[in-house]
Amino acid sequence: MSVFRKEPLLVPVIGLAVAGFAALGGWFLQVPSTKEQLGYRGTGMEQVTNKGTAKAAAAANVLPEAQPALTPEEINGPKASTVYQNVKVLGHLSEAQFNRVMVAITEWVSPEQGCAYCHGDSGNFAADDNYAKIVSRRMLEMTYHINESWSNHVGETGVTCYTCHRGNPVPQNIWFEEPRNKHATRALGNDNGQNRAGVEVAAYSSLPYDPLTPFIEKDAQIRVIGTEALPHGNRQSIKQTEWTYSLMMHMSESLGVNCTFCHNTRSFSQWDQSRGPRTSAYHGIRMARDLNTAFLTPLKPVYPENRLGPLGDAPKANCTTCHQGVNKPLAGQSMLKDYPELAKSK
Amino acid sequence: MAEYQNIFTRVQVRSAHGEPGVPDMQGDFPRVGGITFSDLLGRIGNAQIGPIYLGYLGTFSLIFGVLGFNIIGFNMLAQVNWDPIQFVRQLFWLSLDPPPPAYGLAWPPLGEGGWYMLAGMLITLSILLWWVRMYRRALALGMGTHVAWAFAAAIWLFLVLGFFRPLLMGSWGEAVPFGIFPHLDWTAAFSIRYGNLFYNPFHALSIAFLYGSAVLFAMHGATILAVSRFGGDREIEQIYDRGTASERAALFWRWTMGFNATMESIHRWAWWFAVLCPLTGGIGILLTGTVVDNWYLWAVKHDFAPSYPTMVPPAIDPAAVGGAR
Repeated sequence: MSVFRKEPLLVPVIGLAVAGFAALGGWFLQVPSTKEQLGYRGTGMEQVTNKGTAKAAAAANVLPEAQPALTPEEINGPKASTVYQNVKVLGHLSEAQFNRVMVAITEWVSPEQGCAYCHGDSGNFAADDNYAKIVSRRMLEMTYHINESWSNHVGETGVTCYTCHRGNPVPQNIWFEEPRNKHATRALGNDNGQNRAGVEVAAYSSLPYDPLTPFIEKDAQIRVIGTEALPHGNRQSIKQTEWTYSLMMHMSESLGVNCTFCHNTRSFSQWDQSRGPRTSAYHGIRMARDLNTAFLTPLKPVYPENRLGPLGDAPKANCTTCHQGVNKPLAGQSMLKDYPELAKSK
Repeated sequence: MAEYQNIFTRVQVRSAHGEPGVPDMQGDFPRVGGITFSDLLGRIGNAQIGPIYLGYLGTFSLIFGVLGFNIIGFNMLAQVNWDPIQFVRQLFWLSLDPPPPAYGLAWPPLGEGGWYMLAGMLITLSILLWWVRMYRRALALGMGTHVAWAFAAAIWLFLVLGFFRPLLMGSWGEAVPFGIFPHLDWTAAFSIRYGNLFYNPFHALSIAFLYGSAVLFAMHGATILAVSRFGGDREIEQIYDRGTASERAALFWRWTMGFNATMESIHRWAWWFAVLCPLTGGIGILLTGTVVDNWYLWAVKHDFAPSYPTMVPPAIDPAAVGGAR
């Protein structure tokens, strides 16, 4: 390359130009982010938050304005069960409380369709002839169940209809069992329930595309890592590990956090090195499983066909249903303080 | 003046009719393909293509290899319902997976890992035949068999992953899937399942030899290029007849790090580093799950994993304290 012999300065000039261009490109391409140290120094435990994502999450998690509070006289007024017919779940509320909750539910769940979404157009609000009313009654029981029995996951924050519904009659983040590929049972073309592009629940990896059915509907074993240094009869396979891995990817994707939000990745299984949120997450998995098996799946006969999944199963809840990309749903804001009616079922 | 420098060359050294190589030896098959020249290849190496020696071993190796490759490809194609567009789109996600662990070491049905076993056997056969071919071709040329043994080191790792370790674990399901992302998933899951391969000393050795190979390659390549103006790129001549290129290269490294490899020994350094990378790696894989189940706990037991203060707030295993639901 004789041109470099003739003009030796070309080498550093070209080098500087390339370096400068790379630096400029890097500056334009950088993703604005904040980093928070979560664990002991040197362990890489930090939460990296994309500023754009955080801004969008803040905008998406603004609470709707609460209905006007009731006076003590209204709260102590006649019970809804004595005033209205066929009130099975909210009968312990006063008439005023009951109506306040009904208005709030309409705002949270069917703001466009109004009362008729559940109560139909007949004008008979006591009738049970609309499937949506049957479902919503069960959902109210589920809300009470979560707030009364799952404080180890939802704490004092609790949940309301809005935690999942966010103005939609059907929450946007529900899930169905994912059908296997067409050739799964034939001699050629079995994908083993994995290796599919574009699967959000597996964080777009080639890991199993339905980790929800085994882990948060059924109760398959999640723990795969050995508890002793030497072999001790732990028969969990690498394939099973991939299923657990996929579930963890779902949680990471749902909560908008990376592995180190809960784990010290040098040893995923050690509890004494994990962060507190891992305990919440443990209860969260059990809670989702409980809700799916006790409330959501049994509603299957109630739904019209268009509400069922491709395999005919009822819509179910996973971590995303409530969390929607933030590690605390609605950014940790409690709506129960404005709606004490939904905290206790008696 | 035009100069001869490979990679950035404007001059290509070609003989008029190509180099046919040493005459056919007794018992050998004829070489095939004749001699052609490629200008593009000549820019990065030798411009001459062919003649190629295939023989029994090469032919059967290629046949078995292509068969195995096609089994993988058609399984992937069937998984996307024979849609060529989806095949291309999802290629990096697609895979031919080993049988479910429930089959143990039994032969599974075709759709549940049988194809995987067939493809694995064919590809293993192909690789082994190719190894014998390399060994025999080296002997035919009167060379040492160093290339074949270096290849054998890689084959060792391949056999540990797909044969020896699954055999010891009692399950073909432990083998590595044939797929781009899926084999990486397998790697990550393997490390997670066995408590972090970072704490596996043979894994550490393997990485040291891997990175060491890259450093040695860079050092050696740079040294030879730097003294090629003194004839240093004629390394073989420099080995038996030290010239100023050798002297300067040696002096350079003695000045900068106090020690120098020789024109000959540097190649042994490089060969051993490269060979030890899969050799030690294979040992590390073979011990995982068979002899050690959790490398992190093993490192704690042997006092080389540092301990850190407890997290605030600490996580408590609800399953361990009871009362969990």
